[in-house]
This record gives sequence, C-alpha cells and structure tokens, in this order.
Amino acid sequence: MLREIRPAIVLLLALTAITGLAYPLAMTAIAGTLFPVQAQGSLIEKDGKVIGSALIGQEFKDDKYFHGRPSATVAPDPNDSTKTVSAPYNAANSGGSNLGPTSKALADRLKEDMDKLRSENPNAAVPVDLVTTSASGLDPNISPEAAQFQVPRVAKARNLPEDQVKQLVTANTEGRLLGVLGEPRVNVLALNLALDRIAAK
Amino acid sequence: MTVIGWFQIFLYCAIVVALTKPLGWYMTRVFNGERTFLSPVLRPIEAGIYWISGVDEKREQHWLTYTVAMLLFHVGGFLIIYSLMRLQAVLPFNPAGQSAVAEDLSFNTAISFITNTNWQNYGGESTLSYLTQMVGLTHQNFLSAATGIVLAVALIRGFARASMRTVGNFWVDVTRCTLYILLPICVVFALFLVWQGMPQTLGAYVEATTLEGAKQTIAVGPVASQVAIKMLGTNGGGFFNANAAHPFENPTALSNFVQMLSIFVLGAALTNVFGRMVGNQRQGWAILAVMGLLFVAGVGVCYWAEAQGTSTMHALGLTGGNMEGKEVRFGIVASSLFAVITTAASCGAVNAMHDSFTALGGMIPLINMQLGEIIVGGVGAGMYGMLLFVILAIFVAGLMVGRTPEYVGKKIEAREVKMAMLAILVLPLMILGWTAVGVVYPAAVASMANAGPHGFTEVLYAFTSGTANNGSAFAGLTGNTFFYNLTLASAMFVGRFFMIVPAMAIAGSLAAKKSIPPSMGTFPTTGGLFVGLVVGVILIMGGLTFFPALALGPIVEQLAMNAGNLF
Repeated sequence: MLREIRPAIVLLLALTAITGLAYPLAMTAIAGTLFPVQAQGSLIEKDGKVIGSALIGQEFKDDKYFHGRPSATVAPDPNDSTKTVSAPYNAANSGGSNLGPTSKALADRLKEDMDKLRSENPNAAVPVDLVTTSASGLDPNISPEAAQFQVPRVAKARNLPEDQVKQLVTANTEGRLLGVLGEPRVNVLALNLALDRIAAK
Repeated sequence: MTVIGWFQIFLYCAIVVALTKPLGWYMTRVFNGERTFLSPVLRPIEAGIYWISGVDEKREQHWLTYTVAMLLFHVGGFLIIYSLMRLQAVLPFNPAGQSAVAEDLSFNTAISFITNTNWQNYGGESTLSYLTQMVGLTHQNFLSAATGIVLAVALIRGFARASMRTVGNFWVDVTRCTLYILLPICVVFALFLVWQGMPQTLGAYVEATTLEGAKQTIAVGPVASQVAIKMLGTNGGGFFNANAAHPFENPTALSNFVQMLSIFVLGAALTNVFGRMVGNQRQGWAILAVMGLLFVAGVGVCYWAEAQGTSTMHALGLTGGNMEGKEVRFGIVASSLFAVITTAASCGAVNAMHDSFTALGGMIPLINMQLGEIIVGGVGAGMYGMLLFVILAIFVAGLMVGRTPEYVGKKIEAREVKMAMLAILVLPLMILGWTAVGVVYPAAVASMANAGPHGFTEVLYAFTSGTANNGSAFAGLTGNTFFYNLTLASAMFVGRFFMIVPAMAIAGSLAAKKSIPPSMGTFPTTGGLFVGLVVGVILIMGGLTFFPALALGPIVEQLAMNAGNLF
C-alpha cells in the first residue's frame, strides 16, 4: 500500500495543474480571441460607459420604461453585516425568493403586486411572470404578454401612439429556437434601449 | 402542458439514447487501454504523468488496494480545497478581494466537492476567489467525476472477469478518464458555452451605470471552463449562487438544452460500456430501459404539477403555471425537465429554484434522490448504484424460484447481497437520521425559511441531497450554519464512501468467481420481465423507506394547499 502514496501526491498535483490551471487559462485565452464580447460578459456600452450586460436584467421603476420581473436578490445590510436587505437585480449576489407554494408571504406579495398592476391596466389579464420572482433575480426577459401588458403605461408616459410601442415590442420579441427550444421572450433592456432611440430621433 | 413542451422532452430523450452507443464504444476503448483518435496528442502527456508519479501502468490492483488508492487521492483533494479557501485572501487571482472562508464552511465545501456533491453553502460570486474556483473547484469537479466513473468501471470489470484477483489500476483509470474523456469534451463544450454568452475572463467584476442611473456590480469570471465540467461530471456546484438559473451560467435555451444533455450522456453511455464489457450490449440496454421508465414517469408528474400552478395563483386569476423561481427563457417545461434530470443524475445544478416548486413538483426531485440516484445517476455512481439494485432484484427473483441467482454469468451469493444491502441502507440512515435531528434541534429549526410542512421538506431535502451527493437544495434553508455545515458534511461523506467501499468489495468478490454459462434455468436479464422486476424492487425499497417522510412533507403540503391553508 505504501507505494500508492507517491502517486496520491504527484499524480494529484499533475492532474490539478492540468485541469485546474492549464485548462481554465487556455480556455480564457482561446475564448477571449474567438468570442471577445461574450467572454467579457456581453457588456453594452453607451457613450463610452458600460450601462449593463445584454444578458443581465436591471431594475426599471420609471413609468417610461418597460419593467422586468420582480427580483428577490439581497445585499448585506450596511448597518448590520449579519443581516441582508432587499436589493433588486443585485448582479453580485444572485438568488430567488425560495418561497414555497403554501407560503403566506408569497400569497401576500402576489396579491399586492396584482392589485398594483390591475390598477395600471384594468383591461388585460396580468401575466404570471410579471408578479413572480425569477430564480436568479437577474432574469433579463419577460414574456411577450408581459411586455404588451405594459404598453398603455409606457405609451402614455412617453406621449407615443400605443400602436408604435406595440410594434416595437413585436420587433423585440424572440421566438423559440428553431420553433422548439425555450419560450418566446422579450429582452427588457434591449426594448428600453430601442425606446430611447425613438425618443432621441 | 403543451405539445411543444412534450416535444422538447421527447427530443431530449431521443438524443441521449442516440449518443449512448457511440460514446459507450469510445469509453470502452479508453478503459480497455486501447488506442483512440486522441492518442497521438494525449499519449505523451499520459506517459509523462505515469513517469513522474511512479505508476507502472501494467500493474493491476486488488480491489482493496484500488479502494485505498482512491481514498488517498481524496485526502489530497480535500487538503487542496481546504487550504485554498482558507488562504485565498493572500493568493493571486482574487480581483474581487474575497477574504478567507470560515473553517466550518471551508470544511463543508471541501467534503462537498470531493464527494461529487457540490452542495452550495457558499455563494460563488460573493465568497470565492477565481483561484479557488479554478484550482480548488474546477479540478475537483474533474477528479471526483473521474473517480465515480472508474469505480463503476471497476465494478463492471468484476462482472466481466472470471477467476481474477485484480480489478484494474486506479491511477491509470483516473488519468485516462480525465485525459481522454472529460477534458476533450470540456474543451469543446466550454467554447460552445462562451459562444452562447457565458463569460470566461480573469478580469474584475464590472461596474455598470444602468439606464435609470443606478449602480450595478456585475460579477463575471472564468465561468465557462467550470460550468462545462460541472455539468458533464454531474457535479453541479455553481460558479454563481443562482447556479444554472443565472443568465451568465445558462444564457440561452440552447445552452440549457446542451447542459441537460451533458448531465446524462456519460451516465447513459456507461450502461453501454457495461453491456460491451460483459459481452452482450442488450444487458446494457435493459438497464437503460429501467432508468428510462422511472425517468419519464418523474418528468410527467413534475411537468404536470408545475404547469398546474398553485391554488394561491388560481385564486388570484393567474394562469400559465408556477413561474415563481423560474426564468422566462426556460419556462415551465425546461425548468421541470431540468429539475428531474439534475436529481435523477447526481448533478444538483438547478435552473429554477426547487424550493418554490409546487408540493408535488418538488417531491419528484426528492424521490429521485431518495431512490439512490440510479436513474442514469451521477457519472459512475448511478451505474454502481443501479447494479446494487440489480443484485437485489436478482436475489429476489432467485428466492421466488428457489435457485442460486446468477447475473451475467456470475453467481450472486450471500456476500454480494449483504454488501449491496449495506450500501443501500446508508441512504435511510443518513437521510432520516439527520432529518429527525434537524427538525428538533433548536439551532437547526431556526434555519428553515418556510413554515409548516414546507419547512420540514426543506430539511428533508437538504439531507437527502447531501447523502445522495446531489447538491441541489430547497435553497431557502440557511445552510451556512455550524450545525448544517458539519451534519451535511457527514451525510455527504458517509453517503459517498460508505456506498463505494461495499460496491468495491462486490467488485473484488465477483472478479474472483468463475463464470458460468447460461443454462435453461437462468433467468434472462435482457427482457421486459427483468426490467419490470428491477423497477418494482427499486420502487418498493424506496417507497417503504421514505413514504412516511414524504407524507409529512410534500404530500401533506399538497393537501393543505388544496384546502386553502397558508403558513
């Protein structure tokens, strides 16, 4: 058995060097050459400043922007490091609400958000993704229904005809891959950037 | 439930089955020490590793030596991870300035990664440096996966060999598995993932100013290289806290689909390796059929339950299923499918929060793990776990007809059955034992995030996931406490190694036996009767053991929900 001790150390170190250093560093170099944008995090710049990532949702509260889904991410409480405070779309600490199907807290939150949305647009059914938190708290997407639901509010806040905003939503709707994989969706940040471009014209 | 949803599920199953045979052929060649198309590149590296570590690749090991070598290897792996976590603050590749990780959390995480569990009591982006992620976690993702696979291969050799004292050489098997199987697939897979949008950078976290003028710190890192092996090796430990739900860790529907495939392909291919090594591929297909039946049943129930939504949602007029804790790009079907796959295998990556699943939808992952993760299972671990159940099923069949049971030419005798039972009893011992402690010990009770039966399920899920080396969680439970760090580490350790040692003892005793040709009285193990028998034994064993616990958790929660009770 004693002769197994040398490989237990040397072979472990050799494989660690290959899989733990050579492999990730080589991948970093190759990926940076082949796919430089994605490798850095698909960042979007505007006037030379990073305004976010195409893949990471961000918080929108203003009426003139489409809103993303509720986010359950938290951050350490600045006053007490053992506690956390709500910090929607905290891209340095992803996570979900983890509230279960019989949770009273979840039921109360759903009802509150529903009431708010119903008063905003009484004519349409509230889409489920607009009142439920995502798993990561960073979901960049909403369903096409959730975007259409917000059209009257955004159009009013921007003094644009509803049809024009609707068309913009349709133009920013992505379908399933090859008609099969995934779900139809709208990237909220991309849609809002498109809105801002119209306003700039 | 929709037609297009079911079509996605069908497509998934079809591709896994289609990949089983070619991959099984390739893996068999690797473990038989034959040349492969990668040999010109990899053979010099392989030979170099044997040379510096003093391994004689021609020398095979007795099962006990093989097991001891594996254990020594893990002691080293544990020390590497533990020291990296404790020292990361003063080591390089730490642009976010992460400080040293606490003792109990480092201990838990080190055990978690050497056992292929990857339970996340740490939050990747908020706790670990890039060096810890790469050298500590990525390397152990490779090696714990390779270990699982080679142990399964050693057990398969036990069935395939006759009158031999040895089961292979651990060092050679682990090196070949890493170099010829895991690494090449990961190189291609990682680049594919970057193409889909996954970051792969050593740069610091990005400071962005959002459209509304708020500050957003965006965590990035060498994600793709780790995620590739995390999925392929059924490890499941996320780079980010939200794991495969994080848009950087799973950017598109396509990346999600390929990640799901990568969880199952090696485990499914091992059934074919088994068939080839024992000289009849139909033996492998029969085992895959057992797995397939249990899998499809689980997917059906989970997808149905999640598409139904909860009674709270119905009361508010919300339709479209239970989207709490799910991402829009995956929707109901890809989230449910992922949850069943990740717990059928011992992966534990999640693309949706299982804690927010409906009661019945969340029960399926729980059952998958409690059955011992033998539905394809962890790479290797699923195969040897399944073979333990096959031994029991054959034993039961032998009792019914009053003959000494045989399987692929080997007599199954008292020693094998005892060892198989010993291994399988580890599950209830750790799961039910620790859950009982967790629901009465005050410091543990305080960790529950949800009240009522759901809180109980959180605890049950944690110890089930730990013991089964899965690593997914009902993540509301605050696991990063002294109690959970230590108890979960013990569940993970016992769940892994107390299963491996009896399985290796079986490998050794089978390899030493003579092979007997099939006769008129041999129970055929390639047909529907055999498949049905094994499925039955698995469900009866699992059902008798865990039904009372499930009744206290998800089942009573479903009834409470239907009655309109909230907690």
